[in-house]
Amino acid sequence: MAPLLEFREVTKRFGGLTCIDGLDLHVNEGEIVSVIGPNGAGKTTLFNLVTGIYRPDAGDIRFAGDSLVGLEPHQITARGIARTFQTLRLFLNMTVKENVMAAAWSHTHAGILRSIVRTPGMRREEREIEKLAEACLSFFGERLAGYRWDQPAYSLSYANRRRLEIARATATKPRLLLLDEPAAGMNPVETHELTGLIARLRTEGGFTILVIEHDMHVVEGISDRVVALDHGVKISEGTFDDVATDPRVVEAYLGTSATARK
Amino acid sequence: MPNSTPDPGIGRDEWVAREATLRDEATSTVRFWQRLPLTARFGGAVALTALLPVVVSSDYIVRVGVNTLIYALLALGLNLVVGWAGLLDLGYVAFFGFGGYAYALLSSNQFHLHWPTVASVPLIVVASALLGILIGLPSRRLLGDYLAILTLFFAQAFVTLVANANRISPPGHEGAVNFTGGPNGIAGIDNVHLGRFAVHTVRGYFYLTLVVVVIVIAGLYSLNKSRTGRAWRSLREDPLAAQLMGMPVNWLKLMAFAFGAAIAGLTGTIFVALQVGVFPANFDISLLITIYAMVILGGAGSMTGVVLGAVTINVVLEILRTPDPARWVFYGLVIAALVTWLRPYLRLVLVLGGTVAFGLLAHFLATQFAPAATRGAPLGGGAIGRLTDHWVILLTHPTTVGNIAYGCLLLAVGFLTQIKGAWRSVLIVPTLYLAAFVWENRLVANPSVARLIIVGALLVALMNARPQGILGTSRIEIA
Repeated sequence: MAPLLEFREVTKRFGGLTCIDGLDLHVNEGEIVSVIGPNGAGKTTLFNLVTGIYRPDAGDIRFAGDSLVGLEPHQITARGIARTFQTLRLFLNMTVKENVMAAAWSHTHAGILRSIVRTPGMRREEREIEKLAEACLSFFGERLAGYRWDQPAYSLSYANRRRLEIARATATKPRLLLLDEPAAGMNPVETHELTGLIARLRTEGGFTILVIEHDMHVVEGISDRVVALDHGVKISEGTFDDVATDPRVVEAYLGTSATARK
Repeated sequence: MPNSTPDPGIGRDEWVAREATLRDEATSTVRFWQRLPLTARFGGAVALTALLPVVVSSDYIVRVGVNTLIYALLALGLNLVVGWAGLLDLGYVAFFGFGGYAYALLSSNQFHLHWPTVASVPLIVVASALLGILIGLPSRRLLGDYLAILTLFFAQAFVTLVANANRISPPGHEGAVNFTGGPNGIAGIDNVHLGRFAVHTVRGYFYLTLVVVVIVIAGLYSLNKSRTGRAWRSLREDPLAAQLMGMPVNWLKLMAFAFGAAIAGLTGTIFVALQVGVFPANFDISLLITIYAMVILGGAGSMTGVVLGAVTINVVLEILRTPDPARWVFYGLVIAALVTWLRPYLRLVLVLGGTVAFGLLAHFLATQFAPAATRGAPLGGGAIGRLTDHWVILLTHPTTVGNIAYGCLLLAVGFLTQIKGAWRSVLIVPTLYLAAFVWENRLVANPSVARLIIVGALLVALMNARPQGILGTSRIEIA
């Protein structure tokens, strides 16, 4: 079976700096793959390439058999890829529920004129969007419970904003979910909770997940496969234990002297 | 809640607590109003507005009412573009002007066209929307300041175009054609006529405009609560995130331009039919600033807010035209500001009493030692005018001294904002007197200048007190 997401020899340069260098990568349907690597390794660039913010200079990115290169970001989202942001990008002055409802755009249809006169079809669709948003938020249980739905997003705590970003991404009904450092800024208890949550996103939500994460406990807890990047090159790939003990990975994180001392 | 429980508990975080406090603090009238269903509130407001021409006999006041409704329509359209979609569109009045001129050309002797309104107005609304898309096309990749500058260019280009399109020589045509009448504009424009009904009184236009306002508000309300409304607000909050959540941001921007332009164009047709003429000067930058002031004062994003903003600014500007009502506004605003800001009440009483005493003393001294120079009479008279006659020094030749005093007043107000404590309470007394002196001697005689100064001061004060506008919700820009 062809992989859901596939990078073929993808290269991305910014001026003289090569951020992603001939990268091959694949994510199979139903898999949870983690991308690790030191700062500046090209992890977020990888996400920006998938979601269409950047266009690769060479190579091809394929999703479910079709090339994504040249598509606008919103077209890529409509094909079934949604992401969260490392630096949170919520619609801060909209309510929690509206944040999620807004993300239902690509699979809803009511046009402007139909919305002005509120046709029965439009009202039915609105109810469906609302139900979907409530379902996406309820996935987080107590944390994003009902009383918070009508609060503005800026009133949420940092960890809750991260949860809301995930809820918003799931409302686009994606097949592939890209999570950019979902545990950043969370305390140990919340991080532990998140590990379980990501697993549930696959089992209950049915999403395939590609995640960038620095917290090795999370990576260990969730990943089927780990990919390590350094300077835009894949330096290691395999199970968590394989990658974590790979000398090239240790070197990338800690420098040559660390491996020499071993 | 008893004080012994410091733990707010589940569901009682800071935001919830603040909301609860606000609810508890609301007065019973406010709470009664908030408990009414939305349709009842809206219907009540419309019914009250509809009563205005019935209870008022003066056509002038009804005319002010129509103008206010026209401003409200413009503010609602601009609110869609600026308040919802977050596009800083400074070319907005050009669409208003386009609608106006298009109606004028289709309903006057300029080209001897007299189209029925049912045909011309829908055509103009659609054409305005298309023009909005056309102007949106080159600007759709721009945001913020860059978009503002580009659209400002379009607004200026429109005024220059209509002021000069009176001697255009189209190819294949002998001589110049007068399209827009140039600076003289077009006069003798038809009234709005629907079938056999023609609207030809100010009261008729009042009800026509009110109906249009109701339809526009209802449509916008539905639109705001639809996926498009949410997408526009997402675009305002974070265009990149909006696009990555599947929203086609360029298309959404074009639609915001188009619908804003359609409302402006529709308003233009009513405005021109009411004015029975159209001139380039109707669509200058000062109108743009006025509409922006209404939207910002009322609270960008809130429909009720921007309508209130339009009412406040237009009515205040109108009242300030004549000396006696203007006095009520001036002294009313000063006293309202003092009552709002001066605490405790003893301080308020001392300041007000001190100002009155200061004035009486100054007036007494002035009439004793310089009777020849202080023989002015209160302009326009009126109750307050007579009341202040023995309090404010009225100069025989007010111009020069009045101008100097105005400069001093600005310095004094600036100085007052910089000092604290008891000295402020002391110095506020002569400053208030100086303000009254400048007002009575200089500003009352020049309403065209005075009204702008007063509205400007009102805006400065209100925006400092409530940066989000009267009904706007406070926004977090970066958090």
